[in-house]
Amino acid sequence: MHRSTQFASLGLAALLATGTQAFAQGNAADAIARYRQLLQDGNPAELVAARGEALWKEKRGPKKASLEQCDLGLGAGVVKGAYAQLPRYFADTEQVMDYESRVVHCMVSLQGFDYAAVTKTPYSGTGQRQTDIEALAAYGVEQSRGVPVSISQLHPKEQMSYDRGKQLFYMRAGPYDFSCASCHGVTGQRIRLQDLPNIGGNKEDAQRAFTTWPAYRVSQGTLRSMQWRLNDCFRQQRWPDLAFGSPASIDLITFLGVNANGAKMDAPSIKR
Amino acid sequence: MTRKFLLGLGLSAASVALVGCAIYVAPTREETLQVVKSSFRERGIAKLDRLNQSDLQQACSEAALTGTELSKDVRARLERQALSTVKLPADGAYFGDFKQGERIAQTGVGLQWSDNDKTVAGGNCYACHQIAPQEIAHGNIGPSLQGYGKLRGNSQAVVSYTWGKLYNSHAYNACSPMPRYGDANILTTAQLKDLMSLLLDPNSPVNK
Repeated sequence: MHRSTQFASLGLAALLATGTQAFAQGNAADAIARYRQLLQDGNPAELVAARGEALWKEKRGPKKASLEQCDLGLGAGVVKGAYAQLPRYFADTEQVMDYESRVVHCMVSLQGFDYAAVTKTPYSGTGQRQTDIEALAAYGVEQSRGVPVSISQLHPKEQMSYDRGKQLFYMRAGPYDFSCASCHGVTGQRIRLQDLPNIGGNKEDAQRAFTTWPAYRVSQGTLRSMQWRLNDCFRQQRWPDLAFGSPASIDLITFLGVNANGAKMDAPSIKR
Repeated sequence: MTRKFLLGLGLSAASVALVGCAIYVAPTREETLQVVKSSFRERGIAKLDRLNQSDLQQACSEAALTGTELSKDVRARLERQALSTVKLPADGAYFGDFKQGERIAQTGVGLQWSDNDKTVAGGNCYACHQIAPQEIAHGNIGPSLQGYGKLRGNSQAVVSYTWGKLYNSHAYNACSPMPRYGDANILTTAQLKDLMSLLLDPNSPVNK
């Protein structure tokens, strides 16, 4: 896995070095676009999704049960298309839940796992083996590839989740005064050469962002989930640690997801 | 008759709606804050008090959420307050080493929960600004600073504005997205001086 990281940086360096002395930024952007194109051949996320599928079907945990009876919102056992309609309200927990927190709920209720133990390390380290949650996320989202995002706003708690997510999106705090909108509130902005989707005000940007996570992150040699994406944004925002599956995390995913409604899921993708 | 009938129908439809499902009331700012605070954990140097918003953070969040401008008065008050935080260098010297400044501008670490209290923070200036022409991997959230000193000269007004902007950007633009490098203790006085040189020294690559 570490090798793939090195390979990625070498590949990028080689592509960037193909220009002349007066290497314009437009050329750099083109080279990066080409690099991203090249990455599309053979996405290691397929292996992760396969492991997730095996985990889904295996009898595990104190109750020696599989996850095949897990209700992701389309009825017990329906995985196909389920990721594309999450987060949504679940009557059994009286909560709005995203895919990852719903899967953990099933691991606890169906398989008998301990919530704290399962969520203690939700994300893998750089180049490390995927966590169960990440593998299950890869499997789930693969089962929604091509399915249009359709996140409900019918239940008051779903509306509430969206509205809180929107408020949080614009909330500036911490020693750097950053909100999500500091980077993701204007179309066409970049950090260094990284394009930033305008999640608050540009439907196409929100759609591209929502439909391409989870993703295999080449520079980190591992698959990253939507919960991780938010957690790592807040780290860089200089905020404290966003808890896995927390209400605020789900509210932001609802905000992003509803803004992305209508686009077809295209994940797990592969990113730089 | 028709009108009365329709009115009656309208009313009963409304009462059915009232009984049928709960009336949606949007969350208040306080309710959302409570949910947010319950969702974060202190980790390393990043404590939960980072979620307590200053007046300025609160006013600028509200303006962004509602897509409105701050009122003239509020804006002037916040900028005045920000300007009052700016400490001038005690020794009266505003400049350091532009080569160090370039390093600080390139470095993005500091104050994250993945850093610690010994981490020497950078300014991460290239994340948002074009600065020295050699660095093509620059962002565009802030304006280009290429030729900053060459274009503006080295007058006392330019020097004190630049120092103030680095120290507390809100002094000159209440809701500026730029961090308060001096006021928030992100960079040291010596580091700020190095950045001053990067921007204003005639020998800095920025002004070549």
